[in-house]
Amino acid sequence: MAEPLLSIRNLTVQFRVDSGWVSAVDDVSLDVGEGDCVGIVGESGSGKSVTALSILQLHGRATTRMPSGSISYRGEDLLRAPGAALRRIRGREIAMIFQDPMSSLNPVLTIADQISETLRQHEGLTGAAARKRVVELLGFVRIPDAARRADDYPHRLSGGMRQRVMIAMAIACKPRLLIADEPTTALDVTIQAQILELLRELRREMGMSVMLISHDLGVIAEFAQRVVVMYAGRVVEQAPVAELFSHPVHPYTTGLIAAVPKLDSDAKRLTTIVGRIPSPQEDIPGCRFSPRCSLVQESCLLAPPPMLDVSALQAARCPPQVMAWGDRHG
Amino acid sequence: MADAPIVQVRDLRKTFPVKHAGGTSTLHALSAVNFDIMRGETLGLVGESGSGKTTAGRILVGLIPASSGSVSLFGHDITGADGKAQLAAVRARLQFVFQDPFASLNPRMRIGSAIAEPLDIASGHTRKDRNDRVAELLELVGLPKESIERYPHEFSGGQRQRIVIARALALNPDFVVCDEPVSALDVSMQAQIVNLLLDLQDRLGLSYLFIAHDLAVVRAMSTRVAVMYAGAIVETAPKSKIYAEPQHPYSKALLDAVPRADPSYVRQHVVAGEVPSLLDPPPGCTFHPRCPFAFDRCHVEVPALKPSGPDRAVACHLFD
Repeated sequence: MAEPLLSIRNLTVQFRVDSGWVSAVDDVSLDVGEGDCVGIVGESGSGKSVTALSILQLHGRATTRMPSGSISYRGEDLLRAPGAALRRIRGREIAMIFQDPMSSLNPVLTIADQISETLRQHEGLTGAAARKRVVELLGFVRIPDAARRADDYPHRLSGGMRQRVMIAMAIACKPRLLIADEPTTALDVTIQAQILELLRELRREMGMSVMLISHDLGVIAEFAQRVVVMYAGRVVEQAPVAELFSHPVHPYTTGLIAAVPKLDSDAKRLTTIVGRIPSPQEDIPGCRFSPRCSLVQESCLLAPPPMLDVSALQAARCPPQVMAWGDRHG
Repeated sequence: MADAPIVQVRDLRKTFPVKHAGGTSTLHALSAVNFDIMRGETLGLVGESGSGKTTAGRILVGLIPASSGSVSLFGHDITGADGKAQLAAVRARLQFVFQDPFASLNPRMRIGSAIAEPLDIASGHTRKDRNDRVAELLELVGLPKESIERYPHEFSGGQRQRIVIARALALNPDFVVCDEPVSALDVSMQAQIVNLLLDLQDRLGLSYLFIAHDLAVVRAMSTRVAVMYAGAIVETAPKSKIYAEPQHPYSKALLDAVPRADPSYVRQHVVAGEVPSLLDPPPGCTFHPRCPFAFDRCHVEVPALKPSGPDRAVACHLFD
């Protein structure tokens, strides 16, 4: 296989707290290939957003450190790249969209002003040329009456339209990689379906890679080709989407899939995972899921478990279950 | 059924004045809403932003007044001329659980005092009765006794929602309005709270109005479901029917839009357009600009909610 577009290796991200440093992301490795669509799924505190922000180094410098690991984009280590190189990559090579489109837009500038900022910065487009491209982009993200909408301020637009504007801004320079952090979480379900469809079409038309971060297994199942499951700062399982949903191996993945309420189920009660999500400050020796795991063994409590291959495409951070899977399937 | 409904809502309307540079406009939050809730039943009220589901819930517990129409709780009409007195008579039997459990708890109040507050206000409890009741409530919602001395920030979102539920149950209500009680919670916590609410209903015979945007959660909780769109109920049916055979084109679109945790699922069709402005709703059926089946009549005539089969009703000209 050719070298992946983006390759994160053994990344650890720590935040400063009163008592010292806590790890929000711990030894995370993942790849995004050219044209790939990778979904990262996890609950609060899983480290999925922190991982994404680390790629473009959007954390506050004073309170964050990355003591180990590398993030290599087309062979260049972003963690060690000079500021000028990062500025060239941000927005042009790798673009990002966030959950709340309103707080990502400047309320006192028109849509056209904000989209042309990216075009000016990276492509030197100004005046009528920039304007023409803005209207083109708004049409591209299916905003009706684009020429008139370009002069609107963000408050004039609905949540769905604002997210379309954010997407237009993100794809303005035809990035190779789009990082979408919960892009539809703040939207109603019919609008969510529209935005996911738009992202899928754009991905096909532009051939860009997408890293989609979501807490919603439904969104992940629908959109991603490959899935990375995170729990309490660590990757616990990685697999192609079909394998992950048909035979999850890590007990957390299994539990999470079972806990999703189903539209076609008449079960009297939902399936739960006992206990609660640990805070990053909690020191849990061994596997961080062990206090909630129904299949916990003594060995789980001793040391952080390694990521083991289930098959060429699937890996899980649970040695007992990976071995049990191997025994069952030879 | 021999029992009278404990909640009867008839032709309920709510408008809000909205001030802007050109003067004042009227926002039509609810238009002609009708529903009943029977004892021990859960009515799931589902819809997207601006559908009016929260407004309906707030009127039901007397947090805001109705503009017109009537709401009767346990046979007391809280919307009539002596509505205030009627509401006071049933107030202790009503409770409300909101979406954000952190905003519902005073950060400087210990959990024990927070749960006991309704008891203190209702008065007539000795110190021992009060403390016994708090301990009993904590056990009921599955929290350790030691929680009494602790503060809200020491608890996770799921645990805080348990505290809010314990407080809501302090005075033994018969009817609880739950407005998006699990939508701020993670999936693994959400399932715990849904099961807790179901267990409490079994044990205490509670009736719920369960307001949520998540159709799958509504299915898990409800006996009957009412789908709202732009301030009106467009369809209501027992839950098994509405999920298996939705009738209203909006119910279909809504169900179809929900992402399935199943990679082999292929969506048929994505509904176009957005929810209309309630300041200037479209004439006729409010869904007609997005409806693939709309015909001439839908553009001019508002469809009424009419029976469309045993125990179900739909507001759509296709079913006339």
